[in-house]
Amino acid sequence: MSVLSRLLRSPEGAIGLALLSLLALMAIFAGVIFPDDPLSIVGPALVQPFTDASLPFGTDRLGRDVLAELVHGTRASLAVGIAAAVVALVIGSLVGTLAGFAGGLVDEALMRVVDAFQIVPSFLLALAFVSVAGASLPVVVLAIALGAWTAPARLARAEVLSIRERDYVAAARVIGMHPLEIALREVLPNALGPVLALSSVIVASSVLIEAALSFLGLSDPNIVTWGSMIAEGRNVLRSAPFLSIFPGIALMLTVLGVYLFSEGLAEALAKRRARA
Amino acid sequence: MSKTFARLSGLTVGYDADGQTGAALEAVDLEIVPGERLAIIGESGSGKSTLALTLAGLLPDNARVTGHIAWPAYGEAPLAGRDYGFVFQDAGASLNPVLSVGEQIAEVAQRHLGMGWHEAYGRARHLLERVRIPQPDAALHTYPHQLSGGQRQRVCIASAIAARPKLLIADEPTSALDMVVQAEIVALLEELVREDGMTLLFVTHDIALASGFADRIAVFRAGRLVEAGPTAEVLSRPRDAYTASLIASHIDLATPPLVAEDAA
Amino acid sequence: MLLIVIAGTFFLLEAAPGDAVDAYLLSIGGGDPALVQSLRESYGLDQSVFARLWLYVTALFRLDLGWSVVFGRPILDVILERLPNTLWLMGSAVALSFGLGSALGIVSGARPGSATDRALSIGSLALYAVPSFWLGLVFSVVFAVQLRWFPTSGIETIASGKEGFARALDIAWHLVLPVAALGFIYLALFLRMMRAGMAEAWRQDFALAARAKGLRRHRIVVRHIARNALLPLVTMLGLQAATMLGGSVVIESVFAIPGFGRLAQEAVAGRDAPLLTGIIVVSAVLVILVNLAVDIAYGLLDPRVGAAEVPT
Repeated sequence: MSVLSRLLRSPEGAIGLALLSLLALMAIFAGVIFPDDPLSIVGPALVQPFTDASLPFGTDRLGRDVLAELVHGTRASLAVGIAAAVVALVIGSLVGTLAGFAGGLVDEALMRVVDAFQIVPSFLLALAFVSVAGASLPVVVLAIALGAWTAPARLARAEVLSIRERDYVAAARVIGMHPLEIALREVLPNALGPVLALSSVIVASSVLIEAALSFLGLSDPNIVTWGSMIAEGRNVLRSAPFLSIFPGIALMLTVLGVYLFSEGLAEALAKRRARA
Repeated sequence: MSKTFARLSGLTVGYDADGQTGAALEAVDLEIVPGERLAIIGESGSGKSTLALTLAGLLPDNARVTGHIAWPAYGEAPLAGRDYGFVFQDAGASLNPVLSVGEQIAEVAQRHLGMGWHEAYGRARHLLERVRIPQPDAALHTYPHQLSGGQRQRVCIASAIAARPKLLIADEPTSALDMVVQAEIVALLEELVREDGMTLLFVTHDIALASGFADRIAVFRAGRLVEAGPTAEVLSRPRDAYTASLIASHIDLATPPLVAEDAA
Repeated sequence: MLLIVIAGTFFLLEAAPGDAVDAYLLSIGGGDPALVQSLRESYGLDQSVFARLWLYVTALFRLDLGWSVVFGRPILDVILERLPNTLWLMGSAVALSFGLGSALGIVSGARPGSATDRALSIGSLALYAVPSFWLGLVFSVVFAVQLRWFPTSGIETIASGKEGFARALDIAWHLVLPVAALGFIYLALFLRMMRAGMAEAWRQDFALAARAKGLRRHRIVVRHIARNALLPLVTMLGLQAATMLGGSVVIESVFAIPGFGRLAQEAVAGRDAPLLTGIIVVSAVLVILVNLAVDIAYGLLDPRVGAAEVPT
């Protein structure tokens, strides 16, 4: 039985996959569903939700379509979440593999750097980084990755340490492969599995950190993000709480989708391994 | 007065795994006599441990039990800890690593003997002395990792007999220990059983060890009871070829045979 | 250890493009090169990175974190003034999440797979997915704006003239919502860990042995299972300390609490790099202290730690 069908059989996996697919479709086709700039003004300000069929989720303080903003916000959230996770995983795996493979002083030095990064609150780090480098999408991605690469680095190092003692690595050394080649071609691919398992957690936390950053006004002002929508709605919290509540729910569903999916996936993989 | 402590009739136990049920015990009929020392002998997979767990009501959730166990000695289903004590193979794993030795013995006395904690600790101290742990007062406050393997098993025995049960079930209590300690533990069990008039069910793969002190021997193979009888009788006139081969080879069943039986 | 952290954080901010003078010039709309030069010299920015690091570290040993451009006061003073609010917020939130989370985790893990367990598991997962600042906003809409049970913002009633116990009560009153918002998120984390830990403990031999002793289920769950499952939770507390400190930044912003996190935001807004460096260094020190405390607590909870001989 394939991993996918196993995944679909567990309720967590099925719901998670459904949520993520829906969000991915929204992100991909945001420009098709709402071809206009979501930041353009389409109607009167503060239309209550579910009152106007053409503006089902109402409008914000400036008369912008909340639904269009939400759909376009999916893009920013998913893009930042996934990109940050990818960057963190790549940096982390490279550093971890290098540390584990090189050993000795290099290992010691690299792991102290990891220690230092882990002791600094990653959100403060991201805050500092964005504030100095300026708020743009790539900077936000980098800022989040900066606080997230240590966990994959530690994991990759531990994996490498256990793998490099195995026979096929010794065999590669005997046939005269360059250590770097061994590291990249023999060790890294095998250490990748457990590291990837971490990725869902990183995606989820990246989405949340991005939201928090844009909530504090540290995001590209020309892009709609859920966090900035919540911050925007905060100004009229008393009269129109829905402006903050909708994007919050969208955020929650996204993160929940990621968690459920990863839980289902872990279960499916564990079952496959148990059967093998 | 009943001459039977417990009677197993048609006892069949299977484990559900992946929708199938694999049988661990099949149609076992066996009587346990009050005050006897009964050795259950078999190699791994013979169902001997399943038998011990079934008697103790400790089978996992996926176990399916049919057949019947009668307990004339109690009149009703016995209560774990109070009516029987259980000693596991791996004392290191069956002791809780974060609780003191004293607490793990005293909790049994507190639960089943209606003692207050202070009194229960007093009993724990006395039991530590009985199982010959040096400096029982200090030992009360030690943790399992501070003890040797043999000492841990002594602590397990102490907690098993803390509520003065009539039956002691020992599931390979010595196979994780080295030879010298093994002999000490067996001697200790024998002594405690004799002094307290307990019935002992001793599960082992080692027929030589069992023959040293058991009144009766029951031999299991592949989930079935091969034969049961007084130790001397089984040893001198085995009715089953398998038992005979066990005695003849007289080797520890844990060591795999060098040549397959069929080829011999 | 701490030295490495300081150097790491220092280089980190150094590695980012631009320095305090650039930021300052940006905020005042540019300036002539002579001004730039004099500013750089006054802040010691004309020297090499290593020389400045040396200056910074030696100053740090005298508990001198530098001068805040935004506040026009020594950074250490500003930080120490804000720190207690954050410590109260964080401490209460951690206590709430740890206490309630582990308690619910025990309930959940007592009977794995039961209806209660499933409900708590799904509920905690949903809670874990909620952004804390959003939860804070929802709380403040419901409990402060609609129901008017609690104040919407601030750490105490301004100019109330309250003192002693009355003031403490006032502060506690203001902290209820932010603590709840922050605490509930981490509650989910602890609940899930506790549950997983208990599931693991149930599989151990000592769980079977406890059943063989005929102990009451309550005692097995609390004393034998939960006690073992608590250990990884304590470790988690140390690992999460940094994350929690980060989380309080946003919550402080939502509830306008003049704390450490809000200070970080003000430093960012005012482009006050030395202040931000100071904040990061102090937070690193805090995290180290929390981890030390966690190590000590772990030693007390796990008798195996620090034992002379550990036979395998």
